[in-house]
Amino acid sequence: MGEIRFMKGNEALAEAAIRAGLQGYFGYPITPQSEVIEYLAREEPKHNYVLIQAESELAAVNMLYGSAGAGGRVMTTTSSPGFTLMQEGISYIACTELPCVLVNVVRGGPGLGTIQPSQGDYFQAVKGGGHGDYNTPVLGPNSVQEMIDHVYLAFELADKYLTPVVILSDGAIGQMMEKVTLPEPIPYKPNKPWATTGKTADRERNILTSLFIQSEAMEKRNLRLQEKYRKIKENEVRYEEYQIEDAEIIVTAYGLCSRISKKAVELGREAGIKMGLFRPISLWPFPSKQIEEIASGDQVKFFISIEMNAGQMVEDVRLAVCGKKPVHFYGRQGGIVPTPQEVFNSIKEHLK
Amino acid sequence: MPFKGYVEISIESCKGCNLCVIHCPTDCLALNTSDTNSYGLHYAYLTDEDKCIACQNCSVICPDAAITVYKKVE
Amino acid sequence: MKEGYELIYKRPKALVDVRMHYCPGCFHSTIHKLLMEVVEELDIQDKTIGVCPVGCSVFAYDYLDIDMQEAAHGRAAAVATGIKRMLPDRIVFSYQGDGDLAAIGLAETIHACNRGENFTFIFINNGIYGMTGGQMAPTTLEGQETTTSPYGRAPDKDGMPLKMAEIVSQFEMVAYVERVSCDTPANTRKAKRAIRKAFEFQMKGLGTTFIEVASNCPSGWKCTPEESLNWLKEHMFPYYPLGVLKEPSKKKKGNAARRTKTE
Repeated sequence: MGEIRFMKGNEALAEAAIRAGLQGYFGYPITPQSEVIEYLAREEPKHNYVLIQAESELAAVNMLYGSAGAGGRVMTTTSSPGFTLMQEGISYIACTELPCVLVNVVRGGPGLGTIQPSQGDYFQAVKGGGHGDYNTPVLGPNSVQEMIDHVYLAFELADKYLTPVVILSDGAIGQMMEKVTLPEPIPYKPNKPWATTGKTADRERNILTSLFIQSEAMEKRNLRLQEKYRKIKENEVRYEEYQIEDAEIIVTAYGLCSRISKKAVELGREAGIKMGLFRPISLWPFPSKQIEEIASGDQVKFFISIEMNAGQMVEDVRLAVCGKKPVHFYGRQGGIVPTPQEVFNSIKEHLK
Repeated sequence: MPFKGYVEISIESCKGCNLCVIHCPTDCLALNTSDTNSYGLHYAYLTDEDKCIACQNCSVICPDAAITVYKKVE
Repeated sequence: MKEGYELIYKRPKALVDVRMHYCPGCFHSTIHKLLMEVVEELDIQDKTIGVCPVGCSVFAYDYLDIDMQEAAHGRAAAVATGIKRMLPDRIVFSYQGDGDLAAIGLAETIHACNRGENFTFIFINNGIYGMTGGQMAPTTLEGQETTTSPYGRAPDKDGMPLKMAEIVSQFEMVAYVERVSCDTPANTRKAKRAIRKAFEFQMKGLGTTFIEVASNCPSGWKCTPEESLNWLKEHMFPYYPLGVLKEPSKKKKGNAARRTKTE
């Protein structure tokens, strides 16, 4: 049995990272996720990880690149404006194929925006975000417990596929407190023969680069990445279904919105409306096949995507539904969190 | 008495920058202007072995590490 | 080898036996050679990790037979920080040009120096953007003509050239700063000694070590390699004087201890 504690999302994430064998953390303070670096700074003397408060997110993500390349189990956390700055590094890390974890505790944007929770960075996270053809696995936790579980999972995926992995949380999950079960610390024994640890006599030198000046070589690396992404799509789709079996109305939502939507589904069921919730947990790879199968059900009347943005995931839902059923959207922006009643009302609109 | 020596210059590594020639204290290096390597570049060569004093100025200044230096054992 | 002779200099083994892509007479090649000579002399090939910049030396990893990482433009200091903090017992250096270190990567440079990151900067300052075709750099001299300052660098418009060695020597945590060149055999020997000293100080954990090379760019300066040496003496050295700007104080014990969190 793990240890039970009452914890804040950001702190739970930090504690989970330590228990998962964190070796390096590089970050820059930004609301609403500064508790992560604060927690790690407090705990540093007791553990064997390196922590740097970098001069910017740009520096932080490049420290992440260097330390991941040196074979470390490493992480950074930030919030939306900082995540934008990190895109440069993520593109390089994805192409160089280095394992690391990046957490975006999303706040409202665009621009300097607000410090309230949002899901406005969905596109940026699941469509690559930086320049070039790449994707990163993206996990969308909806509870403090998942802030913990997804850290373990993210490190595992990063090492397995040699890729940066993004945890797309939001200001509410990061700031709220819940009861959690902390997993046992795992001994981390990296096996990274590709890391730049010093060229010993028994091997060729290790070069970590995303530069392939010959088009043929660059295409080769691209094809290798795409093959990897195909494997990830095949093996790493994660989702949760709630009262889907007989549902006529399928609500799709991730992260914080999935909790609100679950309550809205319950309100619907109480009112005799057959509603169900489909919640993507892996936002990339997106559970498209599962949604397509649900859309094929005769009883299904329509889908509605509930988001804290102007309608981003709804595009992936539409692509998955592929015209089989109407797909509607309801969202709030700018850091406003919709209420279950509000969501339920928005669904009822489409029943008229 | 100055040392005696000789140098070997890798024709293919040499880019004909001439830096060894101008820094040779005994003027025993020159650029071969009548021949080129496979890159089409004139290369430096030892003109007069008797003048070489194994000072290594040429090998130190050579950007392309094209020069090997030998010294006569006293 | 002829009978009665001994070998006294040959290309270092740690310098990969391929032809470097640099222009004839370019000091990049010279510094690559010196770096690998030092690595061999100190017997640290298995412990040395380099970081390549974006610029002419972007392919340095093709020539240096050591583990290397390629950084994004300007971020070499941050990448080197990540490597060194993960592997504090290794010898880490960043190899950067003036555009990389002093323009786009100035923040990373300054903060790595201010933290006293225990790695070595090899800073190649030739006052021009070489790879992109001779544009103005933050180190381009006043009045110097480049493709983006065709009428000469004008301080009232472009500011003054940055003296990076002078700037970083102001930081408390920086241990050693020297500006060197490779325009003569004597200066090249000094440059090698400086690199060796920097690595030795790094191995003692004394803090940041910073070697600025007043370098040339025959192609960018539109002159012969020989003329580039004269231009260095006439224009670069008066503004970027050679010599030691900072040395570790005898009392300094080094900050390696607080960083020794090995893998």
